[in-house]
Amino acid sequence: MSCTEVTDKLKSLAELRELREKLQKEMATRSDSDKPKLIVGMGTCGIAAGARNILKAILEEVEKRKIDVTITQTGCIGMCEKEPLLDVKLPGKERITYGNLKVEDVKRIIVEHVINGKIVEDLVVGRLEEGGI
Amino acid sequence: MDQTIYRSHVLICTGTGCVSSGSRDIKVKLEDELAKYDLTNEVKIVETGCHGFCEKGPIMIVYPEGVFYCQVKPEDVEEIVEEHLLKGRIVDRLLFKEPLTEESIPSYKQIDFYKKQKRIVLSNCGRIDPENIDEYIAIGGYEAAGKAITEMTPQEVIDEVKESGLRGRGGGGFPTGLKWQFTHDAEGDKKYIICNADEGDPGAFMDRSVLEGDPHRVIEGMIIAAYAIGADEGYVYVRAEYPLAIKRLEKAIAQAEEYGLLGEDLFGSGFNFKLHIKKGAGAFVCGEETALMASIEGKRGMPRPRPPYPAQKGLWGKPTNINNVETYANVPYIIKEGAKAFNSIGTENSKGTKVFALTGKINNTGLVEVPMGITLREIIFDIGGGLTKGKKFKAVQTGGPSGGCIPAEYLDLPIDYDSLKEVGAMMGSGGMVVMDEGTCMVDVARFFLNFTQSESCGKCTPCREGTKRMLEILNRICAGEGKEGDIDLLENLAHHIKDTALCGLGQTAPNPVLSTIRYFRDEYEAHVQDKKCPAGVCQGLAAAYVIDEAVCVGCGMCAKNCPVDAISGKPKESYRIDPDLCISCGACAEKCPVDAISQG
Repeated sequence: MSCTEVTDKLKSLAELRELREKLQKEMATRSDSDKPKLIVGMGTCGIAAGARNILKAILEEVEKRKIDVTITQTGCIGMCEKEPLLDVKLPGKERITYGNLKVEDVKRIIVEHVINGKIVEDLVVGRLEEGGI
Repeated sequence: MDQTIYRSHVLICTGTGCVSSGSRDIKVKLEDELAKYDLTNEVKIVETGCHGFCEKGPIMIVYPEGVFYCQVKPEDVEEIVEEHLLKGRIVDRLLFKEPLTEESIPSYKQIDFYKKQKRIVLSNCGRIDPENIDEYIAIGGYEAAGKAITEMTPQEVIDEVKESGLRGRGGGGFPTGLKWQFTHDAEGDKKYIICNADEGDPGAFMDRSVLEGDPHRVIEGMIIAAYAIGADEGYVYVRAEYPLAIKRLEKAIAQAEEYGLLGEDLFGSGFNFKLHIKKGAGAFVCGEETALMASIEGKRGMPRPRPPYPAQKGLWGKPTNINNVETYANVPYIIKEGAKAFNSIGTENSKGTKVFALTGKINNTGLVEVPMGITLREIIFDIGGGLTKGKKFKAVQTGGPSGGCIPAEYLDLPIDYDSLKEVGAMMGSGGMVVMDEGTCMVDVARFFLNFTQSESCGKCTPCREGTKRMLEILNRICAGEGKEGDIDLLENLAHHIKDTALCGLGQTAPNPVLSTIRYFRDEYEAHVQDKKCPAGVCQGLAAAYVIDEAVCVGCGMCAKNCPVDAISGKPKESYRIDPDLCISCGACAEKCPVDAISQG
């Protein structure tokens, strides 16, 4: 995205602020505010089990729903049997690990857990109290 | 799908420092590797300005984690992509290691070099893409200009800057708000504003890094200043030796014009402001404001007597405000956060922060921004990581050729404009050269004087002739031909030049000599009276080297490296140096594996 797409000149401070709102989202990846974290297991085991597609599905959902989250990956945590794994950590809440995921599960996790705060119990394979790893 | 959300941003430093250590190749390689792993739509590459830690370049920061990789080579890129960007495993071997503890530090915020810094001017450098105005706007850029122009009167803007306590960052330290008031009050239908980016001190690169890393901040500061004083046209005077800074500034001006942030009717207020770039040919004297204006007018860059000051009669005879890059870069912060936020940082008469270019015999060279009032010790040992090879600190030179050397006894001095002046140095534009015990202070004074002497424009006699005579004396002293009374003569000449030279260049040229005589007179005396250079630097004076036969293992390395064949002996037996042939270059001592060679 560059300013060449814009032809209109800014005619007031309000217009500048409006533009800023629009542009801010892209910079969010570089801020360290307390945002929901989605962590995908991307060890060799995770990748073999299809974690790449899970990650892509997450990106699509996040883009579609315009939500502000941090997406990172992690290596093998030893539960290779249950890969692909996805951890969801909401600010101030316990870290939930979902396992044996399929691409279609991603949408449910994002809508129910990330947006509405309700844990998708049937997919949970582990939990960590806050202050854990 | 036109994706705008990326899960990861990889920031590659493309400041001049990192470009010269190869960051362009890394970017190309990274693009290839991302394509290979089909990550192009997930990971965004952002080119940024200088992070300040040029010593460890090329620098790469990976977000959202904020992992700091240093000294990255093209062959490391594949591993970063596969391990970190694909699998999420940090590449440990590329992390920064603290020199003292050897501990790897993943996040740059944890590195000592950054921990003690307070970044206002450099807050965006290394964080945003300087070639994309959208990133500057996204983090709140140009809002200060909008606020000033649409919600404040020019006098209110000036009052805010006055209250902030901001002083000129180019070296003089004149209160910025007061300068603006003079130009604001001056009669005239046309007024100009100039940004002095003619950074010429040896080893200084603060202004270049700000222009390269965050050009919009400087432009915004200039817009605010122009509004405050009533100027509708401005110039950035930048040296032609800064091609990247010029390129980024040109791009930034074009983008700002496209958004209507430069040009006519800014923010619908009726206020117009046009900004030009003027490239200087790199004469040191053009950093002096009257010479700089002459240069913009197309005349030979020579200073003229003041008054009249630029505020009354400046560019083309019109009232003109000149500030330095860093001064303007502070202005958006002051308007946006308020004078109080700014003047809560610093000392009583020096508010805010100062950017220093840290160089010399120090572990972490680079660009640092620190609050006024920090001690030299904190800068040199905590941020700078101490001296290289564990050597002893001798002095720090601040203020470039106009400044002076500060000895170890003042390491705990809280630094600001006034304290530095008291000890015979000056803030200057912010060069800081650290020297260890192996530095000859007479030689240092000679180096700086040699610089100012050759940069003297020749208009006034004290500077043209005086510095030449002083340099001749110093050359003589360093060659071992110093005469009784030379030191007094140097001091005498220095004071005359200080009092009578036309411009700042001449008036401050003797400072390096005066401050080294003040603190290291014994070294001068050793040169003149004992014909000795205690640091062993001045070749005309250094004592011959000798080999300790009891320690020598007879390896012959010394003889092999002697440039004048002064060393003789047989392998496995002890070698010896002929004192009549030895030129005291020290090459043998450096190569000796058992430290058997020392100066006699």
